[in-house]
Amino acid sequence: MSRLTTVDTPAVAPGREAALAVVRRILFYVLVGLGTVFFALPMLWLLSAPLDDTPTYAVRLPDALTLDNFAEISRNRYAVSSLVNSTVLAVGTMVLVVVAAALAAYALSRARVPGRDALLYLLLLLSSVVTGTAAMVPVYLLIYSLKLIDTHVGVVLVLTGGLLPAAIFLLKDFIDTIPRSYEESARVFGASPLQILRHIVVPVARPGLATIGVWTLVQVWGSFLTPFILLSNPDKQPAAVLVRTFYTEGGSPDLGLITAFSLLYSVPVVLMYLLAWSRYGFRFHGGIKS
Amino acid sequence: MAAIALTALTKEFPGGVRALDALDLSITDGEFFALLGPSGCGKTTLLRTIAGLESPTAGTVHIGAREVTALPPGARNVAMVFQDYALFPHMNVQENIEYPLRIRRTPRHERAQRSAQVGTELGLAKLMGRRPAELSGGQQQRVALARAVACRPHVFLFDEPLSNLDARLRLEARTFLKRLQREVGVTTVFVTHDQAEALALADRIAVMEAGKIRQVGTPREVFGRPATTFVANFIGSTPMNLVPGDVRGSGVTVAGQRLDLPPALADRLHDGEKVVVGVRPEYLTLSAAPDGAALSGQVSIVEHLGTSSLVTVEVDGELIGATVPEEDEPPAGATVWLRPQEGRVLIYRASDGTLVSA
Repeated sequence: MSRLTTVDTPAVAPGREAALAVVRRILFYVLVGLGTVFFALPMLWLLSAPLDDTPTYAVRLPDALTLDNFAEISRNRYAVSSLVNSTVLAVGTMVLVVVAAALAAYALSRARVPGRDALLYLLLLLSSVVTGTAAMVPVYLLIYSLKLIDTHVGVVLVLTGGLLPAAIFLLKDFIDTIPRSYEESARVFGASPLQILRHIVVPVARPGLATIGVWTLVQVWGSFLTPFILLSNPDKQPAAVLVRTFYTEGGSPDLGLITAFSLLYSVPVVLMYLLAWSRYGFRFHGGIKS
Repeated sequence: MAAIALTALTKEFPGGVRALDALDLSITDGEFFALLGPSGCGKTTLLRTIAGLESPTAGTVHIGAREVTALPPGARNVAMVFQDYALFPHMNVQENIEYPLRIRRTPRHERAQRSAQVGTELGLAKLMGRRPAELSGGQQQRVALARAVACRPHVFLFDEPLSNLDARLRLEARTFLKRLQREVGVTTVFVTHDQAEALALADRIAVMEAGKIRQVGTPREVFGRPATTFVANFIGSTPMNLVPGDVRGSGVTVAGQRLDLPPALADRLHDGEKVVVGVRPEYLTLSAAPDGAALSGQVSIVEHLGTSSLVTVEVDGELIGATVPEEDEPPAGATVWLRPQEGRVLIYRASDGTLVSA
C-alpha cells in the first residue's frame, strides 16, 4: 500500500506521504480490531460464562472455575433427552433429504423435462413458504389431520419438505457436472439404472451429497419454529426449543444453565463443519451461477 | 466376433434434425472400419446407434445374425471406448477394468485373473492400483481399451479414441491400436474426423456427410479415387486441387489452358460440358521449363512441410498446389509448368460433383 502511493507521486514530499500511509494503516487495523472484538465477544462469553459460578452478561475471566453448570444440565429432566431429540430429528431429516434429493436431482439432471428449470426455481421459491411463518397454521392443520401432532415423524416430514427444493437445486447443479459418458459407458457394459446410480453416480457425487447432508443437519439442528409448533410435549422437544424454558424460580434467565447447554448444543455443529471441511473442502458447485 | 449390418437406418432428433438419413452399411467380421466425416455429419450418432445409446427412428441394426435394433446397450455384447475414456474416477485401474465383469457377475477370482492378464498385455501391470487422475492421457486410453478388451465383446466401438492425446503420442497410440485390433481380431468401428487417422488405421473407410455415406472403400480407393468432390476435398493432408473446366474435344480447358482428358473418359463426356478437374498436389510435376501438356503460372507461395514443400502456383487466377522435394523449391514469382502424372487426373461433373469413371 505505502509502496504504491509513493510510486504514484514520487516527487511530492515523500516523507509526508509515508507518514500518511502509516496513519492509514493504523486506522485500518483499529477498524479491523473493533470488528473482530464485536463478533468475538459473544463467542468468548459462550466459552467463559458456563465455567463461571455466578455468570452475568459480562465477558470476563471467571472468578472461580466450576463445572456445576454442566452438572445442572444432567439434573434437568429434559435437557439430555432434548439433545437426543435434536439428533433424531436432524439425522432423520438428513437421511430423507439426501436420499430424495439424490434421486430427484439425478432424474432432473438427466431426463428431458419440459420447463424443468422453471419448475426448480418455483419449488425453490415456494420452499421458503413451507417452513416459513406464514404457512404455520395450514401446516399445523395438515399435520393435525394426519394425526402426526407431537410426533417426530411429523416434524421430519415438514422440515424435509422445506429443505428438499434447495437440496435438489444444489445437487442437480452438482450432478450436471458429472459427464454423461460415465453412465453411458456403464450402460454399454450392461449396468441397470439403479446399478449406475449405486456404482457410479453416488460415489462420484459423494462430495455433493456430503455437503447437502451436513447442510441439512445444521439447518434442522438450529430450527426452532416448526418443532416448537408441532411438538407440545417437552419430552419430545429438541434442544433449540427447550432452551427457552431455562428460567430460575425467580423468573429470570438461568444464565449458567443456558450458556452451558448452548455450548454443548453448538459443539456437534462445529464438529460437522470441521469434518466436512477437512474431507471435502465445501465444494459448492454453483447453485448461484447463471 | 460378428459382422454388422445396417439397413435404411434413419435417426431424426426432436426438432427435425436428421442425423442419419436412410443409411445402409455392412461391416464384415473382424474388419477395422472407420467412420470419417466433418463434425455434425452424423458419424457419432451412427456409432451410438450401433451401441444402442440412441434408438433409430427407422431401419434396423444387425450384429452377427441377431437383430439388436430394440435391444438395450447391455444386451448387444459390444464394448465402447468414449472420447473422454469415461474411466470411473473413484475406482482404480483394476476396478475399472473389472467393472464390466462385475456387472456380469463373473466370480471375483476370475475377474482378478482376467484384469491382470489384460493389464499385462496392455502394459498396465504397474499401474493397477492407481486412480485415473494419476495417469497420463496415453495410460488412460490404454485403461479404457483394456476395459473394452476384458469384457470380450463381439464388437468394439471407438468414439474418437485418439483425439484427446497430443500429436506425438497420437502416432504411438495409433500403431498400438492397430496392433491390438489385429491381435484380438474383433470387429471394430471407430469414429474420427481426422482423415490421416482413418487412412492409417482402417481396413475400410466410410466417408459421411449430412447423415449420408458418400463413399465406402479401402484407404487406397478413397485416397486415390474419391467418389465426389466432397470426399476429394476431405481426404488428404494437403487438399486436392479442384479446378473448374470445360470439355473441349479430347481435352479440357482449365484456367484458359488445355489439358488432355484421360482417353477412357472421352466418350463419357460431351463437348462443352462443365466439369471439375481434380488432381492431388503430390501427383503434379513442377518444372521450370515448358513440359509437354502442362499448365503454366507464377509461383505465389512456398510452404515447407518437412521433407517436401507445397508450392502454390497462380494459373490465370486459379491457385493450384504442387508438392516438390525439399531444397527443390522455385523462387516466388518464377514462371513454372505443372504437369499431372499419368492416370492421376480425376474428372468430376460440375452439376453434382460425382466422379466420371470409365
